[in-house]
Formats: sequence, C-alpha cells, structure tokens
Amino acid sequence: MSASIKSLIKGWLSASTATLCLMLAGCTGPSTQSSVDPMGPQARHLSRLWWFFCYSLSAIFVIVVIVLLLSTYKGWRESRRALEDEHDEERPLIVPEPERERSMKRVVLGATLLTGLMLFVYLIMSFITGRAISSPLHAENVLTIEVKGHQWWWEARYSDPTPSRIFTTANEIHIPVGRPVMLKMTSTDVIHSFWVPNLMGKKDLIPGKDTTLMFQADRPGVYRGQCAEYCGLQHAHMAFIVVAESEEQFAAWREAQINPALEPQSDSEKRGQQVFLSSPCIMCHTVRGTQAGSLIGPDLTHVGSRQTIAAATLPNTRGHLSGWIVDSQSVKPGNRMPPNSLNPEDLQALLDYLQSLK
Amino acid sequence: MSKTKEENVGVVREMRPRSEIDESSERQELERTWRAIPGLWGWLSNTNHKDIAMRYIVTAFIFFLLGGLEAALMRLQLSKPENTLLGPDLYNQIFTTHGTTMMFLFAVPILEGIGLYFVPMMVGTRNVSFPRLNAFGYYCYLLGGLFLYAGFLLNVGPDTGWFSYVPLAGPEFSPGKRVDIWAQMITFTEISALVGAVVIITTIFKQRVPGMSLNRLPLFVWSELVTSFMIIFAMPAVMMGSGMLAMDRLVSTHFFNPAEGGDAILYQHIFWFFGHPEVYIIFIPATGFVSTIIATFTRRETFGYLALVLSLIAVGFIGFGLWVHHMFATPLPQLGQSFFTGASMMIAIPNGVQIFCWLATLWGGKVNLKTPLLFVLGFVFIFVLGGLSGIVLASVPTDLQVHDTYFVVAHFHYVLIGGAVFPLFGALYYWFPKWTGRMMSEHLGKLNFWLLFAGFNLTFFPMHQLGLRGMPRRVYTYLPEMNWASFNLVATIGAGVMFLSVLTFLINVWVSRRSGAVAGANPWNAATLEWATESPAPAYNFIHPPAVNGRYPLWTRTAETPVVTGLSAERREVLLTSVVDALPQQRHELHGHSIWPLVTSFAVGVTLIFGIFTPWAYPVGSALMLLALYGWFWPKEGPKQYGTKEEQKLFFKHQTELSLRGQDPI
Repeated sequence: MSASIKSLIKGWLSASTATLCLMLAGCTGPSTQSSVDPMGPQARHLSRLWWFFCYSLSAIFVIVVIVLLLSTYKGWRESRRALEDEHDEERPLIVPEPERERSMKRVVLGATLLTGLMLFVYLIMSFITGRAISSPLHAENVLTIEVKGHQWWWEARYSDPTPSRIFTTANEIHIPVGRPVMLKMTSTDVIHSFWVPNLMGKKDLIPGKDTTLMFQADRPGVYRGQCAEYCGLQHAHMAFIVVAESEEQFAAWREAQINPALEPQSDSEKRGQQVFLSSPCIMCHTVRGTQAGSLIGPDLTHVGSRQTIAAATLPNTRGHLSGWIVDSQSVKPGNRMPPNSLNPEDLQALLDYLQSLK
Repeated sequence: MSKTKEENVGVVREMRPRSEIDESSERQELERTWRAIPGLWGWLSNTNHKDIAMRYIVTAFIFFLLGGLEAALMRLQLSKPENTLLGPDLYNQIFTTHGTTMMFLFAVPILEGIGLYFVPMMVGTRNVSFPRLNAFGYYCYLLGGLFLYAGFLLNVGPDTGWFSYVPLAGPEFSPGKRVDIWAQMITFTEISALVGAVVIITTIFKQRVPGMSLNRLPLFVWSELVTSFMIIFAMPAVMMGSGMLAMDRLVSTHFFNPAEGGDAILYQHIFWFFGHPEVYIIFIPATGFVSTIIATFTRRETFGYLALVLSLIAVGFIGFGLWVHHMFATPLPQLGQSFFTGASMMIAIPNGVQIFCWLATLWGGKVNLKTPLLFVLGFVFIFVLGGLSGIVLASVPTDLQVHDTYFVVAHFHYVLIGGAVFPLFGALYYWFPKWTGRMMSEHLGKLNFWLLFAGFNLTFFPMHQLGLRGMPRRVYTYLPEMNWASFNLVATIGAGVMFLSVLTFLINVWVSRRSGAVAGANPWNAATLEWATESPAPAYNFIHPPAVNGRYPLWTRTAETPVVTGLSAERREVLLTSVVDALPQQRHELHGHSIWPLVTSFAVGVTLIFGIFTPWAYPVGSALMLLALYGWFWPKEGPKQYGTKEEQKLFFKHQTELSLRGQDPI
C-alpha cells in the first residue's frame, strides 16, 4: 500500500512538472499564425494580458495541486495511524475536532477572499486592455477597408472619396506599416470571423450587420489569417494574407490595383482573354476593363499579382492555377467553382492571360 | 392541522425500533406488489425508477462510446496535415454528431439517470413521484437518440455543429433534412430532460423520509435539485430556439433571416441562454458525486455543508448570467460585454469555494485511496486547470484571440471531461456494488484511472498550444506549413490511450459482474440511505424506510432509530412528507406498470419525426397524443381506503413522537 502511495505521489509530481514545463514551452516560440507573436500594438496588448494570465494562473494551479497532494498525503497518514490504533479503525468522524475545523474554516475563508481579490485584478486588467485595443489610435489618417465574407473567400474593397479610385480585390489585404487600419465588415451568406492572430483578435462578419475591427502593423511582413467561425464545408480553407509594407510600396500597389486590367500583349494572352470571355469564367468573375463583371467570385483584375490562390490555400504558381481551373473540387471539395474542361491549348492560353494580369 | 387534511392523512402504524419487527411475511408481500411483470410486456410497461434509471445509464453510456468513436475518427483525420481519411462533408457530420451526442445524449441523460436511480433511495422512498412520466421521458430520449443516429447512418447526419448557428443552419445554406433532424432531436431530449427534472424535484420535495429536513439533505440530492431547477429554466430556451429554427426551415417564418427582418444574433442569444447553464447542468450533479465520494473515502462529513449548498445555488443563479461570453466576437456593445466578463469571473468564486471545501475535507479526514477517490483527485487536478483557462475566455480581450480556436476545445474538454466524466467514472465504481451486488476490481480500476488521466492530458493539453498558434476549431484539415502537425499527432496518441482506458473499464465491468467480490449492503461503510438496503436493492427499495437523525444517517443511526412502518404492502404506497421539515403528511399510492408512457412517446415520435416532412404531422400527431393520454389517465380503481379512524389516530401520535425523538439539534 505504502509503495503504491509513493508511486502515486511520484506520478502526480512528475505529471504536474511536465504539465508546467509544457505550459511554459507552449507559451513561447513564434509561428506563422500566432497570437503570442504580436506584430502590432493591439496584438501586443493582447499578448501582454495573455502572459499575465498565463503566469499567474499557472502559479495558482501549481499551488492548488500542491495543496491537493499535501491534503491527500496528510489524510492518508491519518488513516494509517487510525488503523494502527485498533479502537479507531473504521469509525467515521462525525463530529470533527472543533479547533481544527475552525482553523480550516479560516483557511477556506482566506482562500475565497484571495480568489475574489485575484478575480478583481483580472477584471481591471481586462477592462484596461479592452479600452486600449478598441479606442481609435490616431483618428486622422485611418485606412478604411470594407471586407465581405463569402463561402469560402474574402472580398476586400478599398474605399476612397473619389469613386474612380475605389477598387476591389480578394484574399490579400495590403496595408501600410505604422498606420491604423479600420475594417468595416459584413457577410454575404453565413457568419464568418476575421482573424489575423499576429495583428489583432477576431471579429465576426454577420449577414445583415456591420462590424468594425481596428488594427495596425508595426513591421513589414506577410501575416496569415483564417476564418474562425465555422462556415460550412470549406471553413478549413478560408484563409487570407495581410501584407504589411512601407507607405511607398503600399501607394504603388494601390495605384496598380486602381488601374483596369492590362491589355493582353502576346498572341497567347489574347487567345487566353478570348477563352476567358467565352467560357463560364465570366459568369462569376470580374476583370475590370473587359466585359467580365460578375460579382459572385473573386475579382480577377490583378490576379497575377497575388501571392496565393483559392483563399490562401495554394501558392499562385502556373501549375496550381491550372489544377484549380480544371478541377477545383479536388483541392477544396464543395467550393462554388465548377470544373472546367478546356483543351490543352486553350488552358495554356488562359493561364498566360491570367498570369499576365499583374 | 385542518379537518379535511386529517381525513386524507394515511397511516404510519408504528415507529418501532428496527429490531422488534418481523419482516419476512411483509417482505414477500412487498415483493409481490412491486415486482415487474415478467416478459416483454412487463419490460415495456415497467415504471420502477431503478429499471428506468438503469436504462438511462446504459443507453447514455452506449452513446458515450459512439461519441468516443467519432472523436477517435476526428483525431485520426487530424493526426497529419492534409490527411484524406475523412472528407469535409463526413468530418462535419462527425464533429456535429460527436458534440450533439456528448452534450444531449450522454452527459445530461447519464447524470439525470444516476439521479433518478439514487435520489429516491437517498431520500428513503420506494419510487419516484411520477413513475409513468419518468418512463415516458426515457422513451422520448431513446427515440431522439435513435433518430439522430439513423440520420447519421443514412448520410443525413447534421453538419452545422452542436450549436447550429444560423444562417448556416437556415433553409438557404443547409437545404435537405440534416438540420431538421438535429432540431427535432433537441426537442426529444429536452422533453426527456424536463420530465426527469420534474420527477426529481417532486420526489425530493415530497417523498423524503421523516427526519430528513432540507438542511439534512445529502449533498448529492442537493446537487440534483439545483440541476433540475436549472433544467426547468434553461431547456425551454433551447426548445424555443430549435423550434423557431425548425419553423424557419419548414414553414418559412424568417425569425433568423436578416434579409426578411430577422436576426442571426437572436439565435445565439437564445441558444447560449440555454447553452451556458447546460455546462453547469452537467457539472453540478458531478459535484454531488464528488461530495459523496469524498465523505465516504475520508470517513468524515464533507467540510462546509452550508458553504457547499450555497455555492451550488449560487452557481445555479450566476450560470444564467454569462451566456454572452460565447459571443464576444459579435458586434455587441462593449460596456454590456464587460458585465458578462464580471459575471463570468464571479462564478469562479462559488466554484473555488467548493474546491477549497473538498481540499479541507481531505486534509481533515482519513483518506482511503480507493478507485472512486482516485477519480475525484484526478477531477480536482483537471477541473482546476480547465477552470483557470476559463478565466482567459471570460476576459473580452483575451477571448478575442482564443475564441473558436483549439484553446477553447482544450478548455471545455478540461471542464467537461475533468468536471463531469472523471467524477462519473468515480461514481460508477462507487455505486457498481449497489447495482450488481459485486465489487469492481481495484487493480483494473487503478489502471483505468491512470490510463484515462495520462491519455486525457496527452490529448487535450497540447490543444492549448494549437489554439494559441492559430488553429481554429472545426477544421477538417490544415496545411503542412502551419506547424500544427506535431501537437496534433501527440493529441491523437493521447486519444488512443483514452481508448485503452475505456476498454479497461468495459473489461472491468464484464469481469466484475460475473466474478467480483460479493459486496454486501454497505461495502464502503458509507453514510447515505441507499446503502441501508441490500445490494442490489429490491424493487421496493426498503422493507422499512429508515427515519434519519442527521446528515450522515448510516453513521449516526442506532438500534433505536425508528423506521417507517404502516405503508401498505399490498399497494404501491409511499409516504408523503412536508417540503421543509419532512414531517409525515399522508400515504400516497403510486401508479404501477403501464404501457401508456411508451404509446404516448410513440405519438410524440410520430409528430416530431414526420413533422420534418410535412406540417400535417402536427395535427395528426396531436390527435394520436390525445388518444394516448386518454389511455394514460383512464381511471382504473375505486376510491382508496386509508385505514380505520383508529389507525389514523395512531399515526398522528407517532408523527409527533417522530418529530421529537432521535433528532440532533440542527
């Protein structure tokens, strides 16, 4: 019996140390899409609060486990002693020692008060952080982007006082470093949730309602985000990227995006455009400057300039693009794009054309 | 006492010391009165609370195994990136069925089933107060469960998650019958839960044995009482939600359709107004197991009876005030959200008090480290960790990062498996001797515990990290470059260990049922009344329900402690007592076996199942229900005889005696 107790306690100790180590190890280490690797002021506030929670809660947990082990051990020793004392053996303790009960009562009361106090601290910390992340940073100079969720891709519309400077893109949001960004979001179908963990917490996109989200990136980089609210078959593949770049690069990108699509140059590109305009592509997609103007699928005016296709599921290479056009259902089963059977020459021409849309 | 009341009052003929009563002839008589009729008809018309409760427990455990197999499939699918074991459609059906099964078909029914089994025994009565209603509840539950799995096996299993948010679950984005099956299954199981709650509350309030005033109610019975009240207030919300969803889908009501002036957020409010209390509906009975097991295996009264009872009630109230913390990412006013942060944190106080009281009980007791207690210790470890990670979810800012990620998956498995399944396994080990008359193997029990403890932490602890590293929940696969593969693989291995643990449990049950040590009436030397009768208990529970003189009646009773006699052995009689003080009021005859609960549940089944195909099922089903209820309420017997005037006089004499004798000051 005694051996089993020792092994029990040993087991508990090693389990709890392992837990703690794992906990600490897990809290550190950067990764591509991580809430503990902040790249902007909002995410930094959040991660600071998280660390405070992580450390203090881990400490509380360790204390509770130690008390649990000590109490069990003490209670177990008491039962050993009682067994040796033959008169005592199985007799239950109905009226416990009043002195000890009183001191236990004091300890329980103290622990309860301490719990309340700790929770109050958490509450205040949480309010302070909440204010910090939701108040506008520099009200002037905010870049406003309208984001719409679709099953299963993201539409981003850059608004501008001059209507001709408004443009729409998909699954790739460019922002200037160091400037606050305000997203005005809604959904066209079901509820989605916009989440770039390195920059900010998530916010739901709800049909019939407008939501806003404010964030800022401090360092240039490509930050991956993903839909966080279950939205049907391809919820797993509804990702996007946020490209944070210098003010000049951003301005250049913006000017390029405002322009209508480039005219096809080579013969193959011209044939590709004809394929595009005479095939089902035109039923869903827009290429500004051509007859294609449907709003069901992503805007392809500058698709050649994007880093990814299929909502940040595949890198934008010729091979992936051709696979996607011919049989997108094998990549994202259930997505809204039908298969397209094109003869090889048409497909190659179409790829040339799409890749030329820089 | 008024005259009319006096006339209704039955007879408790004697309050004699136990030793003076000749039992054998009365025992035979009781056996004849209470036994189930043999054969299939008897099985279908049985209304004994122990048989119905055991059906709940066994059925719910089978659903637990099915839900576990679904979880294993999901873990296999996620064990490596871009795995192709399950496609998105099947995966979505599986995770929806897993969640729905575990919440509606396993957790609530099994905890209510254990309550229906032991509440009547712990309060010292012979059956629940509405035995036929109780049987009706079970059949509704069974039909709901079979309906869900029939859909799943026919590839029309629901695929919108266990909370089926609109508009995804609405008619536009989920055509077909999948979500309808989910919504009707909710209605089936909620009928059953509500019925069970009514039965438990009335049994507790009116059928306690003399002497068991409310302040002597065992903590387990308190927990079932609080849970039952929570069920009564929470379940109508989800029935309304699923009903409105079904109407949106079936007759185009547009409650939740924003295009027609409906509101998608409204559904979330309605659902979580039920959904958050649901967590406590599952957790509170488990605290009852914990308090019971700790008292028995520390051989002392649980520290802080009053504090524990008040904590339960506080959790019951506060539990209704935190539903919005499931919706922090929706556009709700920030000030409003802050209130819900405060409320969500506040519930940590009563839960903390409970943990502290249990730790104090261990500290001040004589610990006997048997398997049930091991599970309770494991519960404290896991539940505290889960409760602490709950603080992260209660705070609006941190919740915005971890909401709907694997961090949340880790958190709620810590609080639900830690908070309910560990105590449940403890309870199964604890009460197995009462059910079967045999002890379970301690060796296999300890193996079961350690495998479950290790496997659980291996599975769910890495999920915290996955959530922080950006893995959303409910994804059927992920890209290799996300670096989530190693944590997911560890979790899958852990799930394998948990599988072995449950297998060990099943082997233990199988072996112990046949060849376990014979238990006797009270193998653990426990204090509550279910141990005052033989194991397994006879159909009538007690030959003479023992009156109680304290919170731990079997520890404080003496040879002079009175028992209740004078209940008719020829009829299914129970003693009704007053709500607060449990003073005897009258003899009450309960209904015996009846086929009508089954027939009525079929009528409900016809209505709800065919209701997803045609609205005409509702008028037709209502007519069927009306017919079934005619049968149910058809009077069978003449007016009841309540003994002679003389006997009634004797009853009052003894009632007075009882309230004076053998009770400790409170």
